[in-house]
Amino acid sequence: MPQGTFCNTTPISSEEELKALLGDKGGAQYYEEMKELDVNSDAIAKLLEDTCQSRIRTWLEICAHCGMCADSCFLYRVNDRDPKQVPAYKIQSTLGELVKKKGKVTNEFMRHCVDVAWSQCTCCNRCGMYCPHGIDMGVMFSYLRGILNSQGFVPWEMKIGSGMHRVYNAQMDVTTEDWIDTCEWMAEEYEEEWPGLEIPIDKEDADIMYTLNAREPKHYPEDLAEAAILFHLAGENWTVPSTGWEQTSLSMFAGDWAACKMQVESVYNAIEKLRPKRVIGTECGHAHRATVIEGPYWAGREDGLPPAPYIHYVEWVAEALRTGKIKIDPEKKIKEPVTLQDSCNYVRNHGLAKATREIMSYIAEDFREMGPNREHNYCCGGGGGFNGIGKYRKERNKALQTKRDQILATGCKLVIAPCHNCWDAIRDLEEEYEIGIRWSFLKPLLIKMAIVPDHLKLPEE
Amino acid sequence: MIAFLTGPMLWVSLLVFFGGLTVRAVLYVRGLSWKLDRVAYKPHMALGMRGAIHSIRCWLIPGGTYGWRQQPFMAVGFFLFHIGAILLPLFLLAHQELIKMAFGFSLPTLPSGVADALTVLAIIGGFMLAIRRIALPEVRILTTPYDWFILGISVAPFVTGFIARLHLGNYDFWLTCHILTGEAVLILAPFTKLSHIVLFFMSRGQLGMDYNIKRGGAKRETAFPW
Repeated sequence: MPQGTFCNTTPISSEEELKALLGDKGGAQYYEEMKELDVNSDAIAKLLEDTCQSRIRTWLEICAHCGMCADSCFLYRVNDRDPKQVPAYKIQSTLGELVKKKGKVTNEFMRHCVDVAWSQCTCCNRCGMYCPHGIDMGVMFSYLRGILNSQGFVPWEMKIGSGMHRVYNAQMDVTTEDWIDTCEWMAEEYEEEWPGLEIPIDKEDADIMYTLNAREPKHYPEDLAEAAILFHLAGENWTVPSTGWEQTSLSMFAGDWAACKMQVESVYNAIEKLRPKRVIGTECGHAHRATVIEGPYWAGREDGLPPAPYIHYVEWVAEALRTGKIKIDPEKKIKEPVTLQDSCNYVRNHGLAKATREIMSYIAEDFREMGPNREHNYCCGGGGGFNGIGKYRKERNKALQTKRDQILATGCKLVIAPCHNCWDAIRDLEEEYEIGIRWSFLKPLLIKMAIVPDHLKLPEE
Repeated sequence: MIAFLTGPMLWVSLLVFFGGLTVRAVLYVRGLSWKLDRVAYKPHMALGMRGAIHSIRCWLIPGGTYGWRQQPFMAVGFFLFHIGAILLPLFLLAHQELIKMAFGFSLPTLPSGVADALTVLAIIGGFMLAIRRIALPEVRILTTPYDWFILGISVAPFVTGFIARLHLGNYDFWLTCHILTGEAVLILAPFTKLSHIVLFFMSRGQLGMDYNIKRGGAKRETAFPW
């Protein structure tokens, strides 16, 4: 059978298709169909010819097979140092073979590649730091995912995720109406407690345009309210766009580059339309990676930069604390030992380790580093889409042990995780291993600690 | 035989080596693409070059990176072998004699005691790299006959040269072996993994540029902590 009903090479293009695919619970039929899916070797060969150039070809060719990358990979370490988890082995036995055979591979091989690309690499990019030749296997696995995706070989949830972006311009089914309703609802809900609180939509020429993760309006609308409260406290002139507010990109995890481009362009269009002085994204790692770091390239921007300065939420918080826009009540600082999760996507891959440490210096009395940390930190265990794929839940749970042990070693019971994926992984590791920890984004903690200026206080009864 | 090998054959070998590696370097750079690599090389060239140089420099210093510090056995084997592999071919007295014959001038030479020590250390380094391939499961799984060939052909000139230097057995035989294996390395370099002689600098430099241009270079106070 060349093409399945659900598992095929055609991307999702309508709500009906998306709902039908979602109806295939757990992807039961989807994965059965994948076993029969044809492999178009010529198309793969052409794709490799066009896109596998100097950098990746050289990486594959000069890999000295020295194994220095092994210890850098948390999945290798956590899986009892299984040699099959050595990054160089994982990439050579998948992408390496695919290139060597010029795409003349079997369905079984492709499915093996799917397993390796989505359950044995979270694209955390740590291995590239430990390879003498600078071979970044995370980059190559992301590239491999794109090739697999082009042939319809992609985990069920990933196809749904990128389908969401294609249909709703968001990773979840949040329509423009839903979004605007949520903004209005949250502003109303919290206005009583915070007089004058607004969530301004489509305000032109504001100082800040705020973008976020669709999970927030969908499942955690209070996160949006918290962002609004903090901007309100800091006296910022800010706005959210009515369209182009979704900063995430599950399509990046899926390797669906066309959907990545569509998604990021919706944000860039909003920036161009509203002309904010700068854009601030929510506490999410991959959203930052997608829209600030990789996005400019998907959108074909030659300078590699978004249309306006675009910073991560932690950069704004560090700045607000530094300049006194938000003041912390010393009495309310976190007294207990607290540790911090470094998100690979904006710490290793965008140099923001300093910003989060600066924040900790203002809000925590006993901040304890995990080891290793900063650029060298390990992935939370659920990055790159790993958290979301049911088929690999067992492997993901095993992977969480790395972060569990890192957290336990700090002796902290509170973990600050300014990243949705990390936050999820840490929540899941507590659920799985019950080590008695709590985890939090920055926003709720900051609101509890911030000094409310007199003019923003509730009038005395 | 030796006259031919140190005459025309040496010229051919050197030409293939330098010509071939230059071509590899040029092709590498020409094949880079800001769109495919997702690195805006040109608009941020100065920042990128700083990252490239930092990235290369760190890895050339023993203990200069987390990777080297975490794997001292590998680091020692690597540096022992590579220091010899760079200094000996260039500055050995006997090699300089060849240059003098050809060009009428020569570079400074290594004192023979130092050269001997470097040779022995390079052989030990090569041996250590071989031990890793056998002893460590994470290296064993990656190792192919091709890797053994590359390691063998790279260490061979040191072993044969040293045997000749000590006049063990038939001098002419070992000298011939030394020249043959040495020239084999030169000729094979552009076409095999030995191309890392230049491609290391390209690849390492590229990732340095990548991190400095795109992955937070401007946000970090100091360069990327390799």
